[in-house]
Amino acid sequence: MNILVCISLVPDTTSKIVVGADGKTINPQGVKFILNPYDEFAIEEGLQLKQKHGGTVTTVTVGPPTAKEILQRALAMGSDNAVLVNDSNCADSFAVASSIADLAKETSPDVIIFGRQSIDYDSLVLPGMVAEILGWPSVTMVSALTIEGTTVTAERDIDGGKESVTTTLPCVISAQKGLNEPRYPKLPDIMKAKSKPVAERTPSAAAARTAVVGMTLPDSKRLNKILGDSEADINELVRLLHEEAKVV
Amino acid sequence: MLLYLEPSSNGLKRSSLELITAARAVAGGSTITGLVIGATEEQLAVAGEYGLQECIVITGTTPQQAGNSNVAKIIADTATELGTKTVLFAANSTGKDVAPRTAVRLQAAIIPDCVELHGTTGAIEAVRPVFAGKAFQRLSSTTPTTVFTLRPNVFTAKKSDAPVQTAVRSKTVTIGADVRTTVVTNTTLNQGSLDVAEADIVVSGGRGLKAPEHFNLVEDLANALGGAVGASRAVVDAGWRPHREQVGQTGKTVSPTMYVACGISGAVQHLAGMSSSKIIVAINKDKDAPIFKVADYGIVGDVFDVLPKLTAKISALTSHN
Ligand SMILES: Cc1cc2nc3c(=O)[nH]c(=O)nc-3n(C[C@H](O)[C@H](O)[C@H](O)COP(=O)(O)OP(=O)(O)OC[C@H]3O[C@@H](n4cnc5c(N)ncnc54)[C@H](O)[C@@H]3O)c2cc1C
Ligand SMILES: Nc1ncnc2c1ncn2[C@@H]1O[C@H](COP(=O)(O)O)[C@@H](O)[C@H]1O
Repeated sequence: MNILVCISLVPDTTSKIVVGADGKTINPQGVKFILNPYDEFAIEEGLQLKQKHGGTVTTVTVGPPTAKEILQRALAMGSDNAVLVNDSNCADSFAVASSIADLAKETSPDVIIFGRQSIDYDSLVLPGMVAEILGWPSVTMVSALTIEGTTVTAERDIDGGKESVTTTLPCVISAQKGLNEPRYPKLPDIMKAKSKPVAERTPSAAAARTAVVGMTLPDSKRLNKILGDSEADINELVRLLHEEAKVV
Repeated sequence: MLLYLEPSSNGLKRSSLELITAARAVAGGSTITGLVIGATEEQLAVAGEYGLQECIVITGTTPQQAGNSNVAKIIADTATELGTKTVLFAANSTGKDVAPRTAVRLQAAIIPDCVELHGTTGAIEAVRPVFAGKAFQRLSSTTPTTVFTLRPNVFTAKKSDAPVQTAVRSKTVTIGADVRTTVVTNTTLNQGSLDVAEADIVVSGGRGLKAPEHFNLVEDLANALGGAVGASRAVVDAGWRPHREQVGQTGKTVSPTMYVACGISGAVQHLAGMSSSKIIVAINKDKDAPIFKVADYGIVGDVFDVLPKLTAKISALTSHN
């Protein structure tokens, strides 16, 4: 089974976000970039499918050359190949989806695994877009997966419940927390991964379909009315919720 | 404009009513058309009060039978027939799954998880939270047709001042051999209680509750308020609460009218999931807990002492109203 795993480089959530001079993107200065947490589940699932079914795991990211760092992490975890689609621009999700679809058309994987969402732009759109471009089925937000022959059975999280879905290979899967326990790469493997090759490709020619007009920071206008815990304070909270906020 | 609507047991889902309300503000005279798969006249009765002018009811299949790719095809085909420039979905589990496919079929831009829409159909700019709510991005589309998903609970559903009679027409589709995915079972967990992501009020508990058996304090307040129970990752990882209740970066994103955080410190990863809530209330015994920085109202106190009193007072108030 040939498995393609898509991963992305994102700012750590604890990073302070500062808007850049263009007023449209973030200033990367001082921001720590990490492997998107959900993509660890995607890599792990790829490795487990390989253990069961044989084949190879290829990990791809569309991003700047600095994204090689997360490809090396995937190699250290056990991925066989790594591909960097060298695109420092990543103009929008459609452009990124087109680059991934181009690679898939050339390499014909049996399954493409994504993380549920990237924690920077929280779009949750890439798995569906790539599947539709390729004309493949997709099951998103998967928390349990079995593949027998070409039959795929997956459990997915939906609002207020779960559903069990069946489909066939080739297909697109997006990994939800709970699908597996991602392994930690061992130190010798981390060292070895640094010298493993990372293939480079040019991005798809597809043009972006959205344009950023601007980026702003939220003006936190929270009321910050902090009270004590006396009977009178609790009465006051109830009064404020009822009369001022009108939520009770 | 074309809106993908979803039926509920007594009408349409609240997120669907939010779509109709949001559409009114940007329709600029163009027709607001709904598309719903399998709904009765009674279920659609409410739509006119919100200003839905037209509704196409798809018969002959269900979303479960058709699968996400066929649902996207039905919506995209209808949008093409109508010459629609704007397609709206709720950013719930269905919308997140189907909207990206619909956009690709329509060769359209997709702007997901919007919290504001500006302009009129054909030239809408949308605002969406990025970097876990630490910034907002304003986007425009460069394609003639654009697909938007709207974050639930942000666009408040309001009845229209000018209610209309929705013109309902049905359209039968036959799903042929092209079924890509089939839903075999569909289980509703925590039956009877609301999902955190859909609830109007969320009461969440954290490690400050000390043990799983104390979560009844959180449940009681949630019941008194008619809300859902949420949890921090610390208590989910400890196995006290199920993952579906987790709020935050690796859990659910919620934006209820009121979010009550009980015994939760307010780590950035938790804030990532709830910072767009309209009113935030925090109860924590540590006056320096970061949660108070983002709170509208706070009680510095012990949850074991404060929660029962607060629940009793709120029950007393709501039973009088
Ligand atoms: C990659 C990553 C992803 C993460 N994703 C999430 C996520 O999705 N959601 C999430 O919630 N966290 C997430 N976290 C974890 C997060 O960093 C915090 O560890 C977690 O939110 C802490 O949970 P807590 O507030 O319940 O516990 P604590 O931080 O231990 O806080 C407990 C609070 O309770 C208060 N308290 C104690 N006793 C009482 C009492 N008797 N009465 C009143 N108050 C009391 C304390 O003062 C304290 O503030 C993530 C972390 C990482 C690294
Ligand atoms: N630039 C990228 N390159 C490769 N894969 C990506 C990229 N961005 C996002 N992904 C994948 O797509 C998933 C969903 O991302 P998103 O649609 O941006 O929320 C992520 O979890 C990754 O698996």
